Amino acid sequence: MNEQHPDTGLSRRRLIQGAAAMGLIAGFDSLMPAFARGNLDNSNVYHTVRDGADIYDLTIARTPLTIGSKLSKQPITINGTLPAPLIRLKQGREAIMRVTNTLSEATSIHWHGLILPFRMDGVPGVSFPGIMPGETFEYRFPVEQHGTYWYHSHSGFQEQLGHYGPIIIDPAEPEPVSYDREYIVVLSDWTFDSPADVFRNLKVFEGYYNYNQRTVGDFFKDVETMGWDAAWSKAGMWGRMRMSPRDILDVTGSEYTYLMNGSPSASNWTGLFRPGEKIRLRFINASAMTFFDVRIPGLPMTVISADGQPVQPVETDEFRIGVAETYDVIVEPTDMAHTVFAQAQDRSGFVRGTLATRKGLEAQVPPMYPRTERGMAAMGMGAMGKSGGQAMHGGMDMAHGDMAGDSGGMNMDHGRMNMDTSPDKSSLSPVPTAGRPVSHGPDNHGPGAAMVASSPQSRLDEPGVGFETVDHRVLTYSQLRSIDGWPDKRPAEREVELHLTGNMERYMWSFDGRKFSEVDGPVKFYHGERLRLILVNDSMMDHPIHLHGMWMELETGAGEHRPRKHTISVKPGERVSALITADAPGDWAFHCHLLYHMDAGMFRVVSVV
Amino acid sequence: MINRIKLVVGASVFTIASGAGAAGTGVQAEPDWTLPVHDNEIFGQLLFDRMEYQRDGNNEIALWDAQAWVGTDRKRLWIETEGETNLATEGGDVENFDAQYSYRLAPFWDIQTGLGAQATFGPGQNKERYSALIGLQGLAPYWFEVDTNLRVTEDGDLSYDFEAEYDWLLTQRLILQGRGETLVAFSDVEEWGVGSGINNIGLGLRLRYQLSREFAPYVGVSYTRYLGNTKDLREREGEDVESSSFVAGIRWWY
Repeated sequence: MNEQHPDTGLSRRRLIQGAAAMGLIAGFDSLMPAFARGNLDNSNVYHTVRDGADIYDLTIARTPLTIGSKLSKQPITINGTLPAPLIRLKQGREAIMRVTNTLSEATSIHWHGLILPFRMDGVPGVSFPGIMPGETFEYRFPVEQHGTYWYHSHSGFQEQLGHYGPIIIDPAEPEPVSYDREYIVVLSDWTFDSPADVFRNLKVFEGYYNYNQRTVGDFFKDVETMGWDAAWSKAGMWGRMRMSPRDILDVTGSEYTYLMNGSPSASNWTGLFRPGEKIRLRFINASAMTFFDVRIPGLPMTVISADGQPVQPVETDEFRIGVAETYDVIVEPTDMAHTVFAQAQDRSGFVRGTLATRKGLEAQVPPMYPRTERGMAAMGMGAMGKSGGQAMHGGMDMAHGDMAGDSGGMNMDHGRMNMDTSPDKSSLSPVPTAGRPVSHGPDNHGPGAAMVASSPQSRLDEPGVGFETVDHRVLTYSQLRSIDGWPDKRPAEREVELHLTGNMERYMWSFDGRKFSEVDGPVKFYHGERLRLILVNDSMMDHPIHLHGMWMELETGAGEHRPRKHTISVKPGERVSALITADAPGDWAFHCHLLYHMDAGMFRVVSVV
Repeated sequence: MINRIKLVVGASVFTIASGAGAAGTGVQAEPDWTLPVHDNEIFGQLLFDRMEYQRDGNNEIALWDAQAWVGTDRKRLWIETEGETNLATEGGDVENFDAQYSYRLAPFWDIQTGLGAQATFGPGQNKERYSALIGLQGLAPYWFEVDTNLRVTEDGDLSYDFEAEYDWLLTQRLILQGRGETLVAFSDVEEWGVGSGINNIGLGLRLRYQLSREFAPYVGVSYTRYLGNTKDLREREGEDVESSSFVAGIRWWY
């Protein structure tokens, strides 16, 4: 029933809609953090500098916000915005963060990637009790590094609800890069449902959010392309394993709205530039669960830093950014407008923004890449070269063997793809863990691990699943080379090997088959020691593994120029190693940064004693 | 029967709760701090796998096949029930009502043990009997959902049942489910119409459309054939030894 308004003839419904839309626009601007509007000097009232310390007052609250065109009551904001405001610090000064909790539950802030005393690390239950409702907690730590980082809640599922924001630390000495302008690009995933409901759906119904399962039609497509026998063996191999090659992201675009600086695609976050300028883009993946593939069609990007740490410039056309990772790139836009395009790893959705010479301009939004599936390398079955459907060719004979038990005889040609532009391989020293036998427990990790990688490989020179069809450059870890190496030149005295394990059917995630609540103590590092951490991914999914408090020097084969990372994305069936100087006494969280994996148990405490 | 079920329920809940309390040994924090992650939460699900109407000639039957579980990743209390009622006579039977303790033994398999009841209801003389059971439930290679139990009744009669389901995804939402079941008895129990040997083979094909993950209406066909001594028993009683039905129903969970 349309009730006519007596004066204007507009329906009452229409009036309300109009009013809501106006409120929405007004709300949109005021609820956007300053950095999202391009204001990176961050002249906000709550930031003061006094006695060589950067002081921030941060208030955590639940704030109803309109996201896209839908109002949600559940956002958890800091100083009223989503993402939280930019925190800009200066290397060499002290940081003082006064955090007030106005929620009805405990909260916390973890300063992701920052090297600091462990009591300031902000992990409830590990480094402090958490910030109780009504309480103000003061974090205070020296700022020793510079670069792009971020901060987020470490309490419950708060991070999924908007409790995250960027950190820029300006260097004490000028950097060897020049640029005219900089923007932060915070990528994230948003759900209008309660994160607890999302978690329960994952727990009780395998593949709840995956609407890209293999169908009968896909089988017949395989028959067409690879012949009956090969298609049958492929289906049989996955069926025997009870694994899905389409298991790429747990929570997909069927649930998530993807955000760039808090804006969905329709709102089109825009960074302005003047023609001829060099722009530094600081990409931060603040998602709960989403790996993004980022490109700016037509515009090459020069990667200058990874996880906040400077790397030797490497030019690329696209990069995959794991959850919690950061990349800084330099671009020189040539047209009036360029699309910044970030698609979810499984191609179930994307978010775009724009670099433009004035507001309102748009460039073409490219289509997402076709959906894909994982190849046998994902099961740790040896060097397939590339994952994906094409990789199944020629490798089918081995599918008749027993997958889990067969550890040898799987040497297949290491197929190179034309996207590989990494430096001359012969100049790199080999990855120290290459060719090693794999060590599993006597019971193959028990019920918590649905599979074990029988022959895990180094896959640092692969961009990962989903890039099968692209014909341009995609960044790989093997291309990351630190600028000047790291001070601790000692070789590793000790090795610690951990396996990343999971059982998708029950949504169990763990290290070595054991959830956090099932282990009998922390992982021990000895203060001052130099050690090698070896991670073997025994699961079907990519895991961004994050160590708090200490750097991991990823052993890419780049010798002393190995890159330093706070988060290492480990591909299925991959083995990586990193050198660590255990110079940070205390208890540190060590976990998969996929939020629901962490909360399902893929979490350990590293204790430096 | 109620008392015996209560006992199993109570024992299972205790076991589950004892596991939940033992969390957090991986950290050396202050004792009053909360845990950094809560990975031993208790979840539960109620699933009506089949809630359907069957028509075979002039016979109309309502059938249910439901399960509910509550617990952690490793330990669960699991209740399963299956039965049917004839819509004309309002007589029917509870084929099973099983309360089981379920333990995840291997990545894809639960071992289950508990008590079960069987009963008939409706007009005339009704009967009931109880059994202890042990079984395996899980996902077999090639994606077969399998549920199988060995039962011994209070009178010492032994039987073994086996059920398997397989889903063919025609599209992401349109799913054809194949289903097979059989029962093997190791002795004759005439009162319950059970002969020794393989009792029956049941096959079904159901085409369902998932409107959501939780709710899927379906149509299909179902075929049952009785064999051996059981078949002879049924023939003597004047009951069908073979039936094929059209079925329509919903699959629903919460």
